[in-house]
Amino acid sequence: MSSKVIIIDDEPLARSIVIEYIQNFPDLVVSQVCSNGYEGVKAIQQYKPDLIILDIQMPKINGFEMLELIENPPAVIFATAFDEYAIKAFEAHAIDYLLKPFNQDRFEKAIKKWREQKNNSNSEKQTKQLLDDVSLTAPQNQRIVIKDGSKIKIIPIQDVHYLEAADDFVKVFTKEGYFLKNKTMGHFEQVLDPSQFVRSHRSYIINLQQITRIDPYEKDNHVAILRSGAKVPVSRTGYPKLKSILGL
Amino acid sequence: MAIVDGAINDALLIFACLLVIMMLHYYLPQKEKYFHLLTWCLLITVIVILITKVILKNIYASNEDYIIFFNRSLWVRSSLDFLLLGCVILISVIWYNWQEQSEQETRKQDAEKLSKEAELFKLRQQLQPHFLFNSLNSINALIGSRPQEARKMVQQLSDFLRGTIKKEEHQWVTLKEELQYLQLYLDIEKVRFGHRLATSIEYDESLDELKLPALLLQPIMENAIKFGLYDTVDEIEISLKAVKEENNLVITVTNPFDPETSTPRQGTGFGLQSVQRRLYLLFARNDLVSTEAKENIFTTTIKIPQA
Repeated sequence: MSSKVIIIDDEPLARSIVIEYIQNFPDLVVSQVCSNGYEGVKAIQQYKPDLIILDIQMPKINGFEMLELIENPPAVIFATAFDEYAIKAFEAHAIDYLLKPFNQDRFEKAIKKWREQKNNSNSEKQTKQLLDDVSLTAPQNQRIVIKDGSKIKIIPIQDVHYLEAADDFVKVFTKEGYFLKNKTMGHFEQVLDPSQFVRSHRSYIINLQQITRIDPYEKDNHVAILRSGAKVPVSRTGYPKLKSILGL
Repeated sequence: MAIVDGAINDALLIFACLLVIMMLHYYLPQKEKYFHLLTWCLLITVIVILITKVILKNIYASNEDYIIFFNRSLWVRSSLDFLLLGCVILISVIWYNWQEQSEQETRKQDAEKLSKEAELFKLRQQLQPHFLFNSLNSINALIGSRPQEARKMVQQLSDFLRGTIKKEEHQWVTLKEELQYLQLYLDIEKVRFGHRLATSIEYDESLDELKLPALLLQPIMENAIKFGLYDTVDEIEISLKAVKEENNLVITVTNPFDPETSTPRQGTGFGLQSVQRRLYLLFARNDLVSTEAKENIFTTTIKIPQA
């Protein structure tokens, strides 16, 4: 039985060399080649491939951001020129990663590794762990990439008003309303700059830039009033945290 | 008698002064220990006076008038000696301190100059590993399908790298040289990105001989290409224009970007900071690099003062 492969890379020659190498495997069929993450998301939904060969640095959204948008990501082999910060994450959680330029032998080795792991590992969980690791070491965590219906939305971090926990998702509030991101509050608390974002409540993280004032609310509790007029709960433990960072 | 007296006293005093100067030359006390000098001054004065006394009293032991005179003038003599010695110490301390300071100053300047040169060297050398490895990857792909083009690209990449190494010796180049070098870089990038990347260079040949720091334009172009290519998925055009305004060579580079998703505050990004730093180190001016984001075009302007 043949396996479906999708190649995602923004450089045409980088795609063609992978196609060339794959031709040596009769059981691998290239379903689609994509030149950016947007095309990648569509193609993966459409073809449900068994394996993707993925570049990291690409237009608009990078390879990691693209993976975040896919609900059940397939097995991934990364092909990258130079992403030092991600190497550790690759070593821990990726099936394999290829450093460009790579030769036929090295490529075959990666395919072999994938075949060995295909049946006995949970690639979905592995990918999730990899993305978590990467987002902690990534040099710039300046934005949140979200799938809004069929559209892909890139939200610069300073445009975020606040975050609210919603079951397995986090609601990211901006001036255009909220968008759902499949990450946890704990993840955002770790990743966001603590001098800019404060977890004011078990279920809320506030962008300090947006706060206009903090009012008392019922007994022992407070509420932060944002520029947009939104009222965000502040818990008993969140209040002193906010106060000390705002220098009140 | 007065002459002998004066001569002996002064000779001893001069000897003491020289001693003090030598001493201070090798050992300059710290500021908090200056009061030690006062003690030293007093001690030396006493020694000088004592020796004078012993010598003179031996010579003129029979002359009672002189002995009386000597005893009477002891206080005046001591005070004068003390004052003189004090002055000499003060002047030497100031002199040696000043010397040490100017020495330190020179050392500091030397160190600054060295670190400035090292920094400039580093700024010129910042070659992006992404560029290098991806170029090699493209060559690898071409070898199988289009070997002639692979050869051409190897040549271009070599010439480009040679330029990076060669040019560090003489820091200034003509616009013509710099643009030739830039063209190598652009040709490589066009092979990498294919039809997505188009470039244009516009300038008058009369500007050929204007001077600019070597390898200054490539990081600006690289910045524009990255910014343009990674901020949109479409085909992009990067343009460079050079003109002479007053006594400046003015170079303008434009690239498209997406105002909705990029963050212009940090988005000037990538390599521009190093360009700004380099121009600052060379001209001590911070106003030579400016950027402007208008609709979906990002413009970088640099000015290079001409001598």
